[in-house]
Amino acid sequence: MSTVQAPIWEFYGGIHLPDHKAESTRRPIAIAPLPHRLVLPLQQHIGEMAEPVVQVGEQVLKGQIVAEARGRVSAPIHATSSGRVVEIGEHRIPHPSGLDAPCVVIETDGEDRWAELPAPWPDYTAHHPDELIERIHWAGIVGLGGATFPTSAKLATGEAKPIHTLILNGAECEPYISCDDMLMRERADRVIAGMQVLLHILGARECLIGIEDNKPEAIAAMRQALDDAGVSQARVVVVPTKYPSGSEKQLIRLLTGHEVPHGGLPADLGLLCQNVATSAAVANAVLDGQPLISRIVTLTGQGISEPQNVEARIGTLVTKLIAFAGGYTPALHRLIVGGPMMGFTLHNDHVPLTKGCNCLLAASAAESPDPPKPAPCIRCGRCADVCPARLLPQQLYWYAHARDFDKVQDYNLFDCIECGCCSHVCPSHIPLVQYYRFAKTEIWNQERERRKSDLARQRHEARLARLERLERERKERLRKKKEALEKKPKGATDDPKKAAIEAAMKRVAAKKAARQEAADGAGVSANTSSED
Amino acid sequence: MEFRPVTSPYLQADYSVSDDMLQVLLALVPGVVALTWFFGWGTLINISIAVTTALLAEAMAVRLRNRPVLPALFDGSALVTGVLLAIALPPTLPWWLTVLGTLFAIIVAKQLYGGLGYNPFNPAMAGYALLLISFPAEMTRWLLPEMLAEHHLGLYDSLRLLFTGQLPAGLNWDAISSATPLDEMRTRLDMNQMIDEIRQSPLWGDFGGRGWEWVGNWFALGGIYLIWRRVITWHIPVSMLLSLLLIAGLFWLIDPNTHPNPAFHLFSGAAIFGAFFIASDPVTASTTPRGKLIYGALIGVLIFIIRSWGSYPDAVAFAVLLMNMAAPTIDYYTQPKVFGSEEAES
Repeated sequence: MSTVQAPIWEFYGGIHLPDHKAESTRRPIAIAPLPHRLVLPLQQHIGEMAEPVVQVGEQVLKGQIVAEARGRVSAPIHATSSGRVVEIGEHRIPHPSGLDAPCVVIETDGEDRWAELPAPWPDYTAHHPDELIERIHWAGIVGLGGATFPTSAKLATGEAKPIHTLILNGAECEPYISCDDMLMRERADRVIAGMQVLLHILGARECLIGIEDNKPEAIAAMRQALDDAGVSQARVVVVPTKYPSGSEKQLIRLLTGHEVPHGGLPADLGLLCQNVATSAAVANAVLDGQPLISRIVTLTGQGISEPQNVEARIGTLVTKLIAFAGGYTPALHRLIVGGPMMGFTLHNDHVPLTKGCNCLLAASAAESPDPPKPAPCIRCGRCADVCPARLLPQQLYWYAHARDFDKVQDYNLFDCIECGCCSHVCPSHIPLVQYYRFAKTEIWNQERERRKSDLARQRHEARLARLERLERERKERLRKKKEALEKKPKGATDDPKKAAIEAAMKRVAAKKAARQEAADGAGVSANTSSED
Repeated sequence: MEFRPVTSPYLQADYSVSDDMLQVLLALVPGVVALTWFFGWGTLINISIAVTTALLAEAMAVRLRNRPVLPALFDGSALVTGVLLAIALPPTLPWWLTVLGTLFAIIVAKQLYGGLGYNPFNPAMAGYALLLISFPAEMTRWLLPEMLAEHHLGLYDSLRLLFTGQLPAGLNWDAISSATPLDEMRTRLDMNQMIDEIRQSPLWGDFGGRGWEWVGNWFALGGIYLIWRRVITWHIPVSMLLSLLLIAGLFWLIDPNTHPNPAFHLFSGAAIFGAFFIASDPVTASTTPRGKLIYGALIGVLIFIIRSWGSYPDAVAFAVLLMNMAAPTIDYYTQPKVFGSEEAES
């Protein structure tokens, strides 16, 4: 392996932020204790919600599927420890809306007994990629960088479009978050092992591992792990620290110089991107036969006593995690899931840890001051200078504000990745991203309404057409009947009834004639008259 | 524990609109000092009158519109409008004309369109244009620069002149006032004089009029500061001054006898002040990078056209106002290509 720095291609826009990673990287990754209660939301991924396959009261084992995936773009949910299902119902989940959603609640028995797991496949190369994808699907692995797209579905896109380069995303560009950093420092071998499995599945030639230059320990550990594993087709590429370098498209640009085509996928360029934590989860699933039941989460901010990274079971309540890290400090102002740029605030801390939750930021008022009252936009254009998608945020704001949803799409609203750079630099403190979310949701709603009304219209039109057709057919039948009636006098032989009558009349005539003959000749017999 | 939900991002860069306005005011200091040095107290008095009027008018209009008054006053935009307009006014202008121009700028050009951020026209230039069209004589009566003047008006004399219209005893207008170099140039050109002939007058310095030519430098200094502090970008000032130089240079090359050299255009009138402080006003200018270049370049061309063949000696106000109208269209057709669109085309 060479330590020569690969070329880097700058991406447009972005901002430099104080990274605040040191607070949570002073301690090694801790293992959170097994909680008494595990709350497992059925929707922890993008796609169809999982379907529960256990009953209340049922005993479950660690690693047992409690909810099956519905379709390919979905993921199963596993019991993350052994115990008894005590409830299947609505429970608070970490979601911006603060609403409840269906969950399976397990009371743990403390034994933490494993279910029967599929066989470990240390010799994964002996298995067909489809088998491996199936295993990853079973393991319930989703994008652990926060996007939570089912990994098996993403890998399966490789079949239609050949992938030549795998990209491992270890950029972790948002301030405060350090779970990937710590994972790479402490478990680089797992990440590399997962990477080798992924390379085998995709049949990719090489792998580029992008890491921001503010993580020297992680970079060194990953390079060492590559050396140890003797992998020659992968290298660590150090990228400058600039938000949002960890966004898939921006990282691809940094590492390859290519921009993912507008409206396309990285696969169009022969690329596929996976988070480093996802890669480690793939190693667990394939090499050890273990499903995704835990993740590393960063607990940080001035609102928490002992900032650190912990590996915790999915379903552990946030309150338990906070308590494990020494509880809140009086400085606590708000609790954010994810980073300070793209995360969302929790309304309440009685929510479970989910697969996509990489960070809990207990921010103080100094770290995350309340937003000042927005002032009018003065069109200064700073937002456009920092927009990594090269949009015109202020025009988008203008039209979103005016609810001009056609115009807002003219200005490519749906290319917005909601990174928050525009809002960050806005001197008028306008919550720009919020306006874009609003516009997107409104457009989706309108689209749904339109589809619904389209469907209703089609149904109505189909009914009209059917009625018309029936009417036409009825008229057609009548017409035919009428024509047939009109034809009757001309062709008498056509009518079977008439023919029968005629035949009968002929027979009668013939008999009469015969009787006449008989009377004329041998006299009248007794039964001939009765025959008539 | 319950928390109040707020939307992301939770990190805000540490500056605001009023910070920008303060930077602009700071950047104007060298130019205002230079104007005062060469032309006396008039500019400072004009600034005081205009700023007072602007703040009062802003407060009144915002109140009538049922909007919070204090935030509007503290954003500093009315202050900047007042100062920019006052800088453009001659140092002899009667006080009530300054008041009139400022009222028009704040109430009509800004607040009637919805206040800060919604005005399609640069308020200061709208006020200036109103005064220039309505009171051409008063608006073109400048003082002789410091090095040419035999009588200097003190603070008291200046105040008396502006507020009562009375000149100090023993002086008349001819002794102290002078047309602007741009005005002088076109008057003489209209009399079919050659450039060489015209420039023999003691009014002229190295590039433009004496005194005048140095004011531009001081404004440029402030403008460069604004670019350095990222309050404005380089696009508009550079493209505007460059296009003015290019087109003036072209005509000068064709006929140097009837067209003054390009440096004259650059260092006369409001070209430099306009490039850094007026045309670059973000509210009324184009905002896309390519749009800004086109916007600035067309202002430069319009300035040259109006100066050379129009009815008014200086043209920055009209050129800017005309291009204000074109800004939305320019923006629409110069949208940057979104991420990946070039890759998608190839």
